[in-house]
Amino acid sequence: MNWLTDNKIPLGAWMESFVDWLVGSASGFFDLISMVLETMITSMVDSIMWVHPLVVIAIVLVGVWFLHRSIGLLAFITASLLLIINMGYWEETIQTLVLVVSATTFSVIIGVPIGIAAAHRSWLYTMLRPILDLMQTIPTFVYLIPTLILFGLGYVPGLISTVIFAIAAPIRLTYLGVSKVPSELLEAGLAFGCTKSKLLYKVELPAAMPSIMAGITQCIMLSLSMVVVAALVGADGLGKPVIRALNTVNISQGFEAGVAIVLVAIMLDRICKTPSMRKEG
Amino acid sequence: MAVVTIEHLDIVFGDNLAKTLPLMDKGHTRNDILGLTGDVVGVQDANIEVNEGEICVLMGLSGSGKSTLLRAVNGLNKIARGRCLVRDGDEMVDMATCDETKLRHMRTHRVSMVFQSFALMPWLTVLENVAFGLEMQGMGLKERLSKAKEQLDMVGLTQWADKKPDELSGGMRQRVGLARAFAMDTDVLLMDEPFSALDPLIRSQLQDELIELQKRLNKTIIFVSHDLDEALKIGSKIAIMESARIIQQDEPEQIVLNPATEYVEKFVAHTNPLNVLCGSALMTPIAELAKKEARFSVGENLWLALDSGQFQGVYNLEEEVASAQWAPGMPIEQVPANTVVRVDETITMRDAVEIRYHTDRPLVLENAGQCVGILSDHNFYHALLGKHFSRTEVSS
Repeated sequence: MNWLTDNKIPLGAWMESFVDWLVGSASGFFDLISMVLETMITSMVDSIMWVHPLVVIAIVLVGVWFLHRSIGLLAFITASLLLIINMGYWEETIQTLVLVVSATTFSVIIGVPIGIAAAHRSWLYTMLRPILDLMQTIPTFVYLIPTLILFGLGYVPGLISTVIFAIAAPIRLTYLGVSKVPSELLEAGLAFGCTKSKLLYKVELPAAMPSIMAGITQCIMLSLSMVVVAALVGADGLGKPVIRALNTVNISQGFEAGVAIVLVAIMLDRICKTPSMRKEG
Repeated sequence: MAVVTIEHLDIVFGDNLAKTLPLMDKGHTRNDILGLTGDVVGVQDANIEVNEGEICVLMGLSGSGKSTLLRAVNGLNKIARGRCLVRDGDEMVDMATCDETKLRHMRTHRVSMVFQSFALMPWLTVLENVAFGLEMQGMGLKERLSKAKEQLDMVGLTQWADKKPDELSGGMRQRVGLARAFAMDTDVLLMDEPFSALDPLIRSQLQDELIELQKRLNKTIIFVSHDLDEALKIGSKIAIMESARIIQQDEPEQIVLNPATEYVEKFVAHTNPLNVLCGSALMTPIAELAKKEARFSVGENLWLALDSGQFQGVYNLEEEVASAQWAPGMPIEQVPANTVVRVDETITMRDAVEIRYHTDRPLVLENAGQCVGILSDHNFYHALLGKHFSRTEVSS
């Protein structure tokens, strides 16, 4: 036994030297990414904050009306947003929303093509599966440390961690959707003369769309669940008051911030239940 | 004119072609080969020629390779060996060797397909589904929608154009499938058990509609079915497949009368003979009738007199019995009762049974004025029980 513990395999040290090597050799690259993303997110937040909150609410309501045409949903969103303003979390909510939307956008842009590729090549999915499992199960804090070192404090490490955590959903569900396209539909597509790309755009993607949309919705929810963690590495948003409340054992602040997060979650969920999931007509 | 010609076609599912093909040549069975190389033989040494305007039915149980063979004609299944020639204007294109562009051209302009499970895109409306193939042909939006509308009119689904497929009944959905295939204006139509998923009434209705459409459009159709009644009804040629091979191909009546193997015979025994058999196949020939004083016994106390082969009269002990002549197209209800009816030997069994039902007397069959045989109850029962299918009895 002693021999086992005495001859420790330096797994952690290896990782550390790897990260050190990354910082040493590519810090300029990571700084650039960090700067670009940080600027992008802060300018988005700033431009929304520049508009009066009530105007923002009005724009959101118009958009939701066109998507869903449901009075109930409009009433709920109005009430929720007004309550958030009343609690004084408007800016934090906007910051959180921007972070969630950016993380989801990145996840979808990267994840959906990977999912499609994996559905077409079984070896790729065999390779991806353990990686996806790893990304979803490894405790967030573990990779928060290297991302923090590489990208510095702020939105960006939060964004990157969120993407790592949430990207598995669009990959998995896109894979599932595309690989579950009924074979007779594929045959019909081919029989009527689809090329490979036509088959993808005219048959596979439309057939997989419900599954892909479910992946995106899930991705949004997973991103939102990361706001508190993102706040730990300096990302502004609704996570910050929660952390602050935790540190000062402030029940009322914690509760209010929690309510705001829940409201944002419900709103996003209802808005994302897109028309494709509703029965038409 | 041959539109589809299949020559020595093999289809194998698996990656060990180099090993499998020699084994097939040595005559190993499908199961042997599956055990030896892990490959599944889909079709082995198929030869068929389908001419313009023909409906060729591929028959067989599931797993016999009929759908696999069908899918070779539009290149959905890869051909391991042999040729599958499909007419493209003046030339014949070999689907086994043609390149991607040619294959696409054949699929969009020469060969279209109807599927057993309809294979309609659930996210498109009925009209858009019909226009799907036209889009692949590169037709503009307006043009293809108006053409799709015409096709929907043809199958009687005009009001359903804007509905989604899942709002339609099975029969309607397959009509959409038919419209989608017909819209392509291809010469060749592949139909993979198109009516098997429908209930019997709708099935027979769609079969009739297909026959009607075919009369107008004169396509070359390859039709897969596991139902011999269906095959006999619509097919002008039938090829029967068993474990990857075509074991008999012939005209419908020949299949019924001369099944090549026991397998075909089993199929045939389950068909309804009324629709397929004709009088000459059922009759007792004149030569086999009992004879007394130059008259032939055609029933109890019923004697047929001939004058050098020509019908002279039918007599019972006392007097001549009424006789009449019937030709296809004449109303059977008007044939008088208790009459011996003279008909052409090509009469269908259905008509013959109906005449017998009205007259209560045997029928006399003629060929160009010569009496060739008679049809009595015994002949009908014999056919209805499928006894004439039994090859052992034929050979004995």
